[in-house]
Amino acid sequence: MRSAKYKTEPLKCWQKAKEIRENYYKNYAKAHEKGGIRWAGGAWSFDAIPAGLGDDVYPITSEPYGASVAWNKEFALECQEAVERAGYARDLCSYMRNYWGSVMLNKYVFGGEFPTPDFIWQDHICCSHAKWYQVVKDIEKKEIPFFCIDVSVGPYEQINEHKLNYVVMQMHDGIEWLEKIARRKYDDEKLIQAVYNHCRSTSLWAEVCALNKMIPAPLDEKTMYSLYVLGTLQKSSKVVADFYQELRDEVKDRVERGIAAVGNERCRVMTDTQPPWAFLKIFRYLEKYGCVSVGSLYTFGLIGMWDVQEDGTWGPRRTPQENGIEIKTRDQALRTLADWELKKPEWQHFYYPHLKSEMMIRIAKEWKLNGIMLHYNRGCEGLSLGIAENRIALIKAGFPVMSFEGNMGDEREFDETRTIARIDAFMETLGFERLE
Amino acid sequence: MFEKFKEWQENRHEYAKEWKRKTGGKVIGYFCTYVPEEILYAADILPIRILGSHEPQDLTEPHIFGMFCPFCRDCLAQGLQGRYDYLDGITIAQSCLHIRQAFTSWQMHVPVEYSYYLPMPHHVQSARAYPYLTEELKLFKKSIEEWTGKTLRNEDLDKGIKIMNENRRLLGKLYELRKEKNPGVTGLEAMYAVISSQLTDKREHSRMLEEALNKIYERKEKNSNLLRLMILGSEDDDTEFMKMVESLGAIFVIDDHCTGTRYFWNEVIPDEDRLASIAARYIDRPPCPSKDWPERRRVPHILNLAKEYDVQGAIIVQQKFCDPHELDIPAITKTLKENNIPSLFLEFDVTVPLGQFKTRVEAFLEILREEDLWS
Repeated sequence: MRSAKYKTEPLKCWQKAKEIRENYYKNYAKAHEKGGIRWAGGAWSFDAIPAGLGDDVYPITSEPYGASVAWNKEFALECQEAVERAGYARDLCSYMRNYWGSVMLNKYVFGGEFPTPDFIWQDHICCSHAKWYQVVKDIEKKEIPFFCIDVSVGPYEQINEHKLNYVVMQMHDGIEWLEKIARRKYDDEKLIQAVYNHCRSTSLWAEVCALNKMIPAPLDEKTMYSLYVLGTLQKSSKVVADFYQELRDEVKDRVERGIAAVGNERCRVMTDTQPPWAFLKIFRYLEKYGCVSVGSLYTFGLIGMWDVQEDGTWGPRRTPQENGIEIKTRDQALRTLADWELKKPEWQHFYYPHLKSEMMIRIAKEWKLNGIMLHYNRGCEGLSLGIAENRIALIKAGFPVMSFEGNMGDEREFDETRTIARIDAFMETLGFERLE
Repeated sequence: MFEKFKEWQENRHEYAKEWKRKTGGKVIGYFCTYVPEEILYAADILPIRILGSHEPQDLTEPHIFGMFCPFCRDCLAQGLQGRYDYLDGITIAQSCLHIRQAFTSWQMHVPVEYSYYLPMPHHVQSARAYPYLTEELKLFKKSIEEWTGKTLRNEDLDKGIKIMNENRRLLGKLYELRKEKNPGVTGLEAMYAVISSQLTDKREHSRMLEEALNKIYERKEKNSNLLRLMILGSEDDDTEFMKMVESLGAIFVIDDHCTGTRYFWNEVIPDEDRLASIAARYIDRPPCPSKDWPERRRVPHILNLAKEYDVQGAIIVQQKFCDPHELDIPAITKTLKENNIPSLFLEFDVTVPLGQFKTRVEAFLEILREEDLWS
């Protein structure tokens, strides 16, 4: 093995990230022991809104839960087979199937029985999102109140007042519904604080990702998965916002000291969509070539909120606080939240693939990439939407593309050997030989 | 009497080209039945639905990942092959992600003068959907006005509403006849009638439908002693399948398809605010599963249809990989079973294995007839 070109060191805040995640799943499971409430919904749900019910309200977001199941291959297979036995199609979203399987088997992947939520707070982004919980209502043993917000108003560049109103008015209806089903008075001040946290978390995560423009990259994508996930769990919590601030400071420090994620970095790529979670080792395999995956539109744009900066490059979106805006009312908080979320980069391509291609080409240029690996992910129709058109656009823009087929949550659809062979061929195309 | 509908369905492109030649008007292709055709008729545009051809193809591989439904790829293939080269524009009303890809790839690779994405709301069970869609229809109308150079007045919208409602009413009458003990119309004929209405000028179609209805009343040969079936599920314009099933001593008497009842079931109830009344019609129509939440309203609706039409069994078809339908099918199957309506599930692709399906359908019909092999 050649000696490393750059210094590397573990992240100091790594342990803290693990603890936040562990506590999140523990708090949800044990919420009732403390007299609290638990709710389930998607990672894209407006989690700042149920925060107005009190400090003892704990969520579980279903996609990261499905990913946690995927990581446990044996249990994931048990879940998937339970779902298929119940008559559901094998090609449906694999996160959804892992989650349903967990409910059907009454097994929580973190131990014990599956903790039934007191209510469901969802938003509808793809064909499956609202329907996901219709099925949960069918398979759970008790009646669970269910509210879902439709956000399908088009890409942010077309947003106007009535589009925003459609989302905001559903949010208002949602708060009335929450008060009714939780039998609690809603606290607007808690909502406002949660909205501030939401904006702070997502802007800070974008800042962290922007630091990866540096050579050497201070973070690699496999590590980033363990960090971005906190934003998918509860981006409106102070704990997550504060953690991202600490992470940003540490990554900045790594950049200043030239600390690399991959000591032999000489090739930079990005991926796309969720990875096959049970096979994250493919990222370590890349390192044998001195190749680092610096992120993806998925890791940058699912949680990170971005804006074009004065110099024309991509950087973190300025938060309402940074813009000197003080949120004073419920309506203002909801409008701020809706406007903020509808600009999510990973949402834009649900409408037009060219919007995603343009963002990916921007990343490829600004993050100085040698090539792009596209995961044709059979597990998620939402994030695979338009991926074939993205491939054509990236090639036309001059970036070599390798595609591989797989499934984020169902290992039966991922061929490890073939993927490794494709990586070898791709690296050869890019002109890199193995370092060892 | 249904020959004309069959001919229109089979020669859809010739029909549209001839319509253009005769009228000098514009033709717009639409990808989903949530598109408010009233506004297009108001502007003297001919809306026609873009459908596939049921032929194997490999043109769409570079454009749509193979995990998306065969129907959306078949539709795009038609555009890539130039079969719709006479279209002046394309449009879609937001529904499933699958067909959306056919639209966006068409926008990118099959140049047309005009294209419009209408963000039809998904939360149709929310009161907020009505004002929202009304505003979206204003934008759509404005866009059509800018494209055609014609201002759409209330009288124009009334004309569009009348054309659409009249056709819906006549199709409703046709379906009403299917409730009879010995229906005067087969499922295949009804399918030709509804699909051709999506492919032709509704005014001409309505005239032909009226004629057909009058003849059905006089029809001597009725379909008696046939097993009464329902067909439901994803988009379905597979006439060969319908023909095959109905050759086995069964008759389809009702459906829940967007090439059937979901397309024409309810009318626009005219009101002072024309766009609001059009919006209400599309929000209140029998939903596509992608919009049927948080409650599952399709399930009781399907059960009601099955009872009203005295159905003995149901064939549930699903385009391969169609997530919205896959998410409803277990609930529908369960409800049908609880109500003693046996069902057969079949997964459809661009081409269907008619031989294999025939064996399965025969077995299903034997169960319905309670035939004892050893008697």
